[in-house]
Amino acid sequence: MYRQARYDEPLLNEMHSTEKKDIDANVPTILKRENLELPNIPEYEVVRHYTRLSQMNYAVDINTYPLGSCTMKYNPKLNEEIARMFLYLHPYQDESTVQGALQIMYELQEMLKEITDMDAFTLQPAAGAHGEFTGMLLVRAYHEFREELEKRRNVLVPDSAHGTNPASAAMAGFNVIEIPSNKEGMVDIDALEAATDESTAAFMITNPNTLGIFEEDILEIAHIMHKNGALLYYDGANLNAIMGITSPGKMNFDIVHLNLHKTFSAPHGGGGPGSGPVGVRGDLVDFLPVPIVNYDGEKYFLDYNVKHSIGKVRSFYGNFGVLVKAWAYIKRLGGEGLKNAAIRAVVNSNYLKERIKEHYELPYKELRKHEFVVKPKNATALDVAKRLLDFGVHAPTIYFPLIVHEALMIEPTETESKENLDRFADIMIKIAKEADEAPEILHEAPHNTSIRRVDDVLANRKPVLTWKMYMEMKEKGEIDY
Amino acid sequence: MVVAVIPYSMDDMKEMLEYMGVSSWEELFIDIPTVARKDGINIPSMDEYELYRHAKELADKNKDFFHMPNFLGAGVYFHFVPPAVLELSARSEFYTSYTPYQAEISQGMLQVLFEYQSLIAELTGMDVANSSMYDASTSLGEAARMANRINRRKEILVPENLHWEKESVLKNYIAGLGMKIKKYPLNDKGMIDLEALSSMITKDTAAVYAENPNFFGIIDENVTRIKEIIGDTIFIVGVTPLSLALLKPPGEYGADIVIGEGQILGNPISFGGPLLGIFATKMKYVRKMPGRLIGMTRDAEGHRAFTMTLQTREQHIRRGKATSNICSNEALCALMSTLYVAYLGSNGLKEVAKKNMDNTKKLMDMLKSEGFSAPHFNAPHFNEFLLDLPKNPHLVNKALIAKGVQGGYPINEGCFRGIGHAMLLCTTEMHREEDMRKLVESLKEVL
Repeated sequence: MYRQARYDEPLLNEMHSTEKKDIDANVPTILKRENLELPNIPEYEVVRHYTRLSQMNYAVDINTYPLGSCTMKYNPKLNEEIARMFLYLHPYQDESTVQGALQIMYELQEMLKEITDMDAFTLQPAAGAHGEFTGMLLVRAYHEFREELEKRRNVLVPDSAHGTNPASAAMAGFNVIEIPSNKEGMVDIDALEAATDESTAAFMITNPNTLGIFEEDILEIAHIMHKNGALLYYDGANLNAIMGITSPGKMNFDIVHLNLHKTFSAPHGGGGPGSGPVGVRGDLVDFLPVPIVNYDGEKYFLDYNVKHSIGKVRSFYGNFGVLVKAWAYIKRLGGEGLKNAAIRAVVNSNYLKERIKEHYELPYKELRKHEFVVKPKNATALDVAKRLLDFGVHAPTIYFPLIVHEALMIEPTETESKENLDRFADIMIKIAKEADEAPEILHEAPHNTSIRRVDDVLANRKPVLTWKMYMEMKEKGEIDY
Repeated sequence: MVVAVIPYSMDDMKEMLEYMGVSSWEELFIDIPTVARKDGINIPSMDEYELYRHAKELADKNKDFFHMPNFLGAGVYFHFVPPAVLELSARSEFYTSYTPYQAEISQGMLQVLFEYQSLIAELTGMDVANSSMYDASTSLGEAARMANRINRRKEILVPENLHWEKESVLKNYIAGLGMKIKKYPLNDKGMIDLEALSSMITKDTAAVYAENPNFFGIIDENVTRIKEIIGDTIFIVGVTPLSLALLKPPGEYGADIVIGEGQILGNPISFGGPLLGIFATKMKYVRKMPGRLIGMTRDAEGHRAFTMTLQTREQHIRRGKATSNICSNEALCALMSTLYVAYLGSNGLKEVAKKNMDNTKKLMDMLKSEGFSAPHFNAPHFNEFLLDLPKNPHLVNKALIAKGVQGGYPINEGCFRGIGHAMLLCTTEMHREEDMRKLVESLKEVL
């Protein structure tokens, strides 16, 4: 049985503090700080505090983490070790003193080109959504250069798209139009064709899509965009399904973002840092952010000479530490290893789907790629998710994609053995039975985690967002926890 | 290919395919059109040891801080990351988790991020901080967008010495809103020209952005007078968080939004990334702010608990109408900053900040006593200051590299009003006296 650690761990500000010292510095009187409310705690107590907190946190290194569209694969330790070799380098150092770092960036650009069949990459975006935003800025710049931006105001996204897609397009100033899915769970080509015209700037799509279904009509989709002068954007969140078998380039995409923290095994860091390189082809190369890393046959250098560059999307060159980890992963696996990872990810997903499909509803067509979406027959997705935690596995992504009510979006990744998948399937089946026979177990779940089910409604109604806010509300009697 | 060292296995696949009634894995890919097929990926593999040695060789081609004194700053800084911080951040319970979507099994990370929000709020003097943006420049971009959400106005005023990289990022972040950037001047002390700023405020001004210390390292006391000049225009302050151990928090001089580079607190400089965008604001604007927020609540048994909250601002709920598209953030960097501040405490943080100021003063004094014109502006400085040069700073830097020293960030003649050839020199608590001496001696030799 699973039991997560549970400590009644105080907040940092509630821990015993040694005496505060006054330190006088030579700052203008008007800017002198009067009070700094931070505790002074000995090193060993700090270490214990955060070690205990770590024990109240679930992670890939503990067990299965089938969070759909997040690709929670195992993060090889070699990557971490290598990244630690590059900690004290400044991005503005003379190029002659950072040839090793630049070589890694250059090689990563080249390898990502080979994997995706794109012509050039920027490594600058800090996350997937940041890559999407960068991509949308490129779409803007491209149409602006052709003097068509004023009429091309619309970006199309499928109704199954990640929330970041419409958000990124809107941030770049486009109107967002949703394209419905057909009954197979793919983009409705007729609806897409009808929505596409001279006002279309781009279509953003992930393939396989968020249902885990491969968009079989992708070449037709590309044709519809291109004949209308619009661009096709590839959300790379699901690249893990197809590496080495097809590529965004082979599918005629124009712009691609990748998620190095998903597909290329850089850890997710409890929410980040990620890394979202953007690849482009053809004319779009001229619009990429600066700098790109280049090689003149003797040395690597930062190339600011990009004809119509959009400039910068963040400071410096990207999340270098994450780039190093992805570089190490790709180097180690090589092309064959990457392709096998994709195959294994798809086999795992389909096997798990077969194991549980009698017990959960499987909307849309059967054949899936690296992930699939089911819904409980007799329970809410939330209850199933919370009950899964009781067995020491993480829940799938829930209530997404929006086109499936009560969705459970399951992505096992390639780094799960058959044994692990069988165990997860057995738990899912057991929960389906509980939902019929003793549904209160689900409503009350989780039981075995460090705390019981959280009151999210209360958290929204009475926002307590800092320790100070907590103290004030407690004093006024507004909260009792 | 040595299958044994790759992080997954193909061994038990046959049994799984049989269970599915599939004769080969290829059947699972029949929906991919033949014309879109790719014939594998042409990248050779390396075994673990081979790759480790290769990486080590590449690392040895770099000259890091410990192999060459380095006086660069300009946005990211060499600060010592205590081993306790590095070790704890390497606990895989933290770093191999993701966004805490399932609060009950993720209390550890949630509490750390709540502590992070609390300490950023304390340092900045603001009500609330989000649990991270990508870096200071993207925080600035998001702050400008937020100002526009609040007052619908279209112009942001920035100091004339704003770093070009930040300006470029800002421009990209606000392009979609049709917002424009205007620059206000500095006075002859390198501080904000309040009169000029005042005359530039119009009904179109969404926000005024000011930095303290500013890009030239100047501690600018004029920031304390901006709010009275600009009224209900949104006041965005950019900070160097370490300096806030000694300096008045922007919340006490009227800031509406505070942004800054959190790398400074406990994150290695790492060739410029990952970084950590600090973003804090007032409670009355909380529903307009971007990024994830962790809130305290209770569980079903009444125990204190933490969870992600006010999520209706975010892209996974609000999609095209979200306050930002941010999803993955810099949570682990926020964790490292939390560890750093917890480790140092108020005493340690003040000591480190003071040491930073003292070292900057020490280098300025050393240069002055050798006849250099430093600092360019006669004002108190934090970390950085401008050194005037008789020739192109890029050439000076090349000559310094030949002597085994990395000089400061080059400022070309004509970049900033009233400043000729110069470099922005930076010291932190990591610079020893012999490092500074080496710089001064080398400068004397190459000029």
